[in-house]
Amino acid sequence: MIAGLRTPRGLITAILLLVLAILPLLTQAFDQRYLLSIGTRIVIWSIAAISLNMILGYGGLVSFGHAAFFGIGGYAVGILYANGITTGWIQWPVAIVAASVWAGLIGALSLRTRGLYFIMITLAFAQLVYYVGAGLEAYGGDDGLNISRSRFSGLIDLRDKAAFYWLCFVLFCATLWFCGRLVNSRFGLVIRGAKANDLRMTALGFAVFRYRLAAFAISGAFGGLSGILLANEGAYISPAMMSWVKSGDLIVIVVLGGMGTLCGPLYGAIAFFALEETLKPLLDLAHKGWGEYWQIVFGPMLVLIALYARGGLDSLLGRRHG
Amino acid sequence: MAEPLLSTDRLVKRFGGLLATDSVSIDVRAGEIHALIGPNGAGKTTLVSQLTGNVRPDAGAIRFAGRDITHLPMHARARLGLARSFQITAVLREFTALDNVALAVQAHAGHSFRFLADARRERGLRESAQRLLAEVGLEPRANALASALSHGEQRQLEIAMALAGDPKLLLLDEPMAGMGPEESQRMVAVLRAFKGNRAMLLIEHDMDAVFQLADRITVLVYGRAIASGSPTEIRADPDVRQAYLGEEAV
Amino acid sequence: MTAGDWTDPNVDYLLLQILNGVQLGLLMFLLAAGLTLTFGIMDLVNLAHGSLYMMGAYFAWTLIGWTDSFLLGALLALPATFLLGLLLERLVMRRLYARDHLDHVLATFGLILFFNELVRALWGPAGKSIAVPRFLAHTVEILPGVLYPAYRFAIIVVGALVAALLAWLVARTRLGMLIRAGASDRRMIGALGVDIELLFALVFGLGAAFAGLAGLMAAPLSSVKIGMGDDILIVAFVVIVIGGIGSIKGAFVAAMVVGQIDIVGRAFLPDVLKAFLSASAASAAAPAISQVLVYLVMASVLVWRPTGLFGQRT
Repeated sequence: MIAGLRTPRGLITAILLLVLAILPLLTQAFDQRYLLSIGTRIVIWSIAAISLNMILGYGGLVSFGHAAFFGIGGYAVGILYANGITTGWIQWPVAIVAASVWAGLIGALSLRTRGLYFIMITLAFAQLVYYVGAGLEAYGGDDGLNISRSRFSGLIDLRDKAAFYWLCFVLFCATLWFCGRLVNSRFGLVIRGAKANDLRMTALGFAVFRYRLAAFAISGAFGGLSGILLANEGAYISPAMMSWVKSGDLIVIVVLGGMGTLCGPLYGAIAFFALEETLKPLLDLAHKGWGEYWQIVFGPMLVLIALYARGGLDSLLGRRHG
Repeated sequence: MAEPLLSTDRLVKRFGGLLATDSVSIDVRAGEIHALIGPNGAGKTTLVSQLTGNVRPDAGAIRFAGRDITHLPMHARARLGLARSFQITAVLREFTALDNVALAVQAHAGHSFRFLADARRERGLRESAQRLLAEVGLEPRANALASALSHGEQRQLEIAMALAGDPKLLLLDEPMAGMGPEESQRMVAVLRAFKGNRAMLLIEHDMDAVFQLADRITVLVYGRAIASGSPTEIRADPDVRQAYLGEEAV
Repeated sequence: MTAGDWTDPNVDYLLLQILNGVQLGLLMFLLAAGLTLTFGIMDLVNLAHGSLYMMGAYFAWTLIGWTDSFLLGALLALPATFLLGLLLERLVMRRLYARDHLDHVLATFGLILFFNELVRALWGPAGKSIAVPRFLAHTVEILPGVLYPAYRFAIIVVGALVAALLAWLVARTRLGMLIRAGASDRRMIGALGVDIELLFALVFGLGAAFAGLAGLMAAPLSSVKIGMGDDILIVAFVVIVIGGIGSIKGAFVAAMVVGQIDIVGRAFLPDVLKAFLSASAASAAAPAISQVLVYLVMASVLVWRPTGLFGQRT
């Protein structure tokens, strides 16, 4: 870790993590409450992006339905809340298990296919979850449902914005740590090897399907966690949180940050939210009212990234070792 | 006589109207190098694919090490000790040579549902991998990325990966493909070192290599095994000369 | 319906709903045809295909306004979308063919954002409506005593004609021969000594024009609005996945099936659901459930055949 600080990547990552660790203090000191809410979203989206990166970046599986886990995590919390179960001790494990089980189910079906079929099937299953959510009239249907934040009596009050942020940050760090261990474990090497050449891995004797399925379920669990946090952050659930655009946004974040790199999802999430927050005022500066149309600039930026900058932000920090 | 290590019984594979494998029965005995030759399009790759489990035969059976493996999936065959190298080099380019072989060793060293421990620190895996690299003469390049290896070195790496888990049979799909004469000779030397203690089914175009290495040769033409015998017998076989060797300078 | 008619009203209702399903299926086929061809031939995942559907409708809205004629406006909107397709192919798609699918997803996702926002900037955030043209604003008697809106009937006729044209194009012409060759093996087109760049541009442009045609024909039935192509695009993807990527026939069959499921779900599910739910809950939940049905059908097809009904089997 200390040695890692000598490289630009290590230094920048350390500074970023430090700033994130004390963000509530900073935003209070400079009286920028709004920044804390952006920070909270960045951390939550980073967890989701890390979980997607496990299968997309390291596993090479272009899953276009990751927002479904936002939805499943969020709706599990919301549905339990609406039925009078407000404690996080029940809400959260149920949500994570639900997301993981769903990931296993769609994995079992979609991993039988490859290429375009795989992309479209993951997308279609996410749409299925979306429409189920929209059809749940008892839980707000299309309009969604207001909830209150999960209770962890005596331990932590999530209604406190700083406390909630720190909880998200700690969970983010735990996710990052786990992912870092995972990708260098036996399991991680099998997944990465299968990305490079799955036929080769099968010929070596690995039952690639089973490992990928397990990776899907693990990724789904962390995706579910991010959904829980997102629902708590807004104290609100709605089908919109799992629209396919969100799945696209997650892919953008992973690629923008640098696929298959440990901290890429964090860089990506920061850049994604920073772009939104800066493009708007910049365009408004150029011509009043243009800020509203920031995606006219953002869209072509994605095209350019796809064409010319696939290494993502991580690659700007120098070559990786190992 | 003891049952051969690998045998096929009247294998048939059709692609549309094309008979790619026409009732082929071949066998490989323990310890021998059996070479499979034939002109392009003779169905060698289709036959190999059926042996490894890529392609399902339409009829016939495959036995390996005393059991019927006709319907076994690819990874299970590999775990039984049927290892293969690929015609198109299939090393994992983003990993080092040592990582490549260590992964191959890992495939035969228990399950890989281990999520937290660093696999690169498992002494057992690394040491076996080192030994295999040494066996094919790649030890000095252990820490080079596979993508940085020369073509010949990548083919050697393929062999090292195939050797992991001490397979009963090596299925080598054109190990000399794309090699210069010097590299070919190095590969022949590597393979010759295994002769007598490791069974191999060798698919190869390089006739010099085949006649140097093989104990037995089977000639495949239009999906049919037209002849099978010792190198001397194959050289003398009139059918083979006409159908196949006739065009080459014999 | 006239009094004393011999037909059973329930049978009439069923027939009308089936026709609505056919009409929806044909619209989806128009959208899916271009998509499955670009998939099959160029190996390109084009998420922005729905944007072309939307642009077709917006072009039509503007051109109908200028010309004061539905027919003329619609006829002009087709070459406009065709040209937009060529432009898009030239500027972006051409650079993507050799790249992997993730690049396609990322870049064309960016294009969706761009087009949606562009439309909002140029045409404003509010939806537009295109009126059903006066010469089709009546009903036709498709069977004795069974009336059907002429406009919807026209969509069926146009859709069927285009489908037939496409079938002829693919089965009987040199272009079709190249398309079929390309869909089964991309390298073959090069081997035939054909200008691949031109072929790809043409196929993409045609696909764009079909998408635009679907968009502008659908417009009078709902409205012209931002993102109108996005949801139907995902259903079109489902269609080509069910049908098998690269197969026009598969896209047609699957579009018909999906059209029926959707309409039947919408038309009959509320009644079924009312047995279990309140009337308002039933009518609200039915569209969602019929959508879910479509995805369930796709899942079952793929369990059975992982490359779709008419896909290349490996």
